[in-house]
Amino acid sequence: MIGQLIVEGLAIGACYGFFAIAFVIIYKTSEVVNFAQGEMAMLSTFVAYHILVYYHAPFWLAFIITMVFAILLGVFIEFAFLRPAKDPTVLGLLVITLGAEMLLMGLAGWKWGAEQKAFVFPMSFQVTHEPIKGMVINDWDIGVFIAAGCIMVLLYIFFRYTKLGVAMKATQQNQNAAKIMGIKVERVFSFAWGLSSLLGAIAGMFFAARATLDPNFMMEPFMKAFAAAVLGGLMSIPGVIIGGELLGLIENFFGYAWPEWKPIVAFVVIVLVLCIRPSGLFAKHYVKKV
Amino acid sequence: MDMKREYYEDVELFSSNVVLFWSLAFLVFLFTLPIYTPNYYVYLLNLIMVHVILAVGLNILVGYTGQISLGHAGFFAIGAYGTAFLMTYLHIPFIFALPLAAFIAAFFGFILGLPALRLEGPYLAIATLGFGLTIMHVIGRWDIFGGRMGIHAPPLDIGAPKIGVSWVLESDISMYYLILIIAIIMVVAARNIMKTRVGRAFVAIRDSDIAAEVMGVNLTTYKTLAFAISAFYAGIAGGLFGFVCGFFDPFTFNFILSIIFLVMVVVGGLGSILGAIMGATLITYLQYDLLKNVSEAPFIGDFLVSISKRWLTVVGLENFGSIALGLIMIGIIVFEPLGMYGVWIRIKKYWMTWPF
Repeated sequence: MIGQLIVEGLAIGACYGFFAIAFVIIYKTSEVVNFAQGEMAMLSTFVAYHILVYYHAPFWLAFIITMVFAILLGVFIEFAFLRPAKDPTVLGLLVITLGAEMLLMGLAGWKWGAEQKAFVFPMSFQVTHEPIKGMVINDWDIGVFIAAGCIMVLLYIFFRYTKLGVAMKATQQNQNAAKIMGIKVERVFSFAWGLSSLLGAIAGMFFAARATLDPNFMMEPFMKAFAAAVLGGLMSIPGVIIGGELLGLIENFFGYAWPEWKPIVAFVVIVLVLCIRPSGLFAKHYVKKV
Repeated sequence: MDMKREYYEDVELFSSNVVLFWSLAFLVFLFTLPIYTPNYYVYLLNLIMVHVILAVGLNILVGYTGQISLGHAGFFAIGAYGTAFLMTYLHIPFIFALPLAAFIAAFFGFILGLPALRLEGPYLAIATLGFGLTIMHVIGRWDIFGGRMGIHAPPLDIGAPKIGVSWVLESDISMYYLILIIAIIMVVAARNIMKTRVGRAFVAIRDSDIAAEVMGVNLTTYKTLAFAISAFYAGIAGGLFGFVCGFFDPFTFNFILSIIFLVMVVVGGLGSILGAIMGATLITYLQYDLLKNVSEAPFIGDFLVSISKRWLTVVGLENFGSIALGLIMIGIIVFEPLGMYGVWIRIKKYWMTWPF
């Protein structure tokens, strides 16, 4: 039973973790707390659903179209809503993303209605394997592990060995210096939003396969992923994944013992951790200098 | 334009006789408002004033002290459930139950203020957000609060039914006067708080907390105090909201409501009481009246219905409200970061310096 709980916790934790990576990429690059992340993923998942149900396309085709849509959506939101704001404050940026969240949620509700839909995903919960006695693992879990692993490796290669990745890292460290070195910072921001929206869309499909599809379905996973990102310190990608895994495990064990309190345990944990380490578990706490 | 030369000019309630005249005229207008408005709109006015109280309180926290709160729906819920609980089960008269519930909310605000001392930006956002969701969930689990089914507010009796003095307010109009008086008291109190030592300490913390600390402002005291005051306002507003609605369940106080509260303050203008009042009025009107039946709205209603039929769904048209609110939020930050108060300042400047 414990092995079962660990596997499930790790699987959902990996899902939170790689959704949190999407959130952290934007936060690291442009210091925007992106509250629209969940709704961007939600809209992309709805596009996939629409293609699957109304055009009867095979899943891989729907997946590719959705990825393209997700990138365009991310770039569009950055270009249309965040770029025109002139020296906005932290709160101002937060309000813009909250506005984008309401906008996307309203659009999805207008187009697809509020009723819950089933999202057909090739990796289902029904197909199970039992590699070790007493530890059942289903296809969805395997899919999440593979996806999270691939994304981690690809991101590592990207940030380490490509010119664009290095440019993104430079922008994170010092925007003005990056500008002087000839990096087009605006383009880096657009790219970060596109990449993050793409990762979010993949995570959104996994979450949709787990629950049902409706305009609100990404709200809770988003908050959990946000909590996971904060737990991991909002800075390094491995830290965020570990934060997600920790959160998934805690939530799953707690949910097994007291199922009725499962939805809020993540937030209680996060507040307690923040009391002790104000910048999360794996980040150095920088003291602001005047 | 008008320069302040001494301290007393800064603290006095009305800076000139003109302001005094227009304030009195506005008060007379407010007190006679139910006479010219149809009955449905009195209900809307009540909601507006409840949200004005809340927005003024939230503005003290967000606009003046510079802290982010995404959990104000939690304090709002504590006020609503607290007042209903105290009046139904403990039979405490309304005049004591409402402030008592607000003090409970303020206590929770103080508790939330403690971790907030060391947090800023996204960390504070997630902590307050988690607080709001936790409150919603805890209330939804408690049978004495009606659980997920929600509860009915007790009859609004502003006397003391235990000792035989009973004065039940039944109509929306009588409730309007009660809420109006409370709202005026709260707004004037907020204005006075901001003119005192405490208010100046809040502003100093917003501008630079380190500089404020160097100047001798105790950050622990004043940050938790800002959370507590703001939560107190939210508690009062929540208690009244319960009576205005008559029936509420835990899901009324969700995350979206916290966002809408924040929108009121930002749209009205951060760091301005007048702005908070204008923002609360506009957003409440849009949300509860104009955008609720958007298909019957003038000019754009038919257009939207035809768009819905052609490309989208007609059932989903009710979601247009959320689209409009989102666009307003983005538009305000992009085009007018000072909000409606900024527009008001600009108009005032234009007239005062006309024709230059």
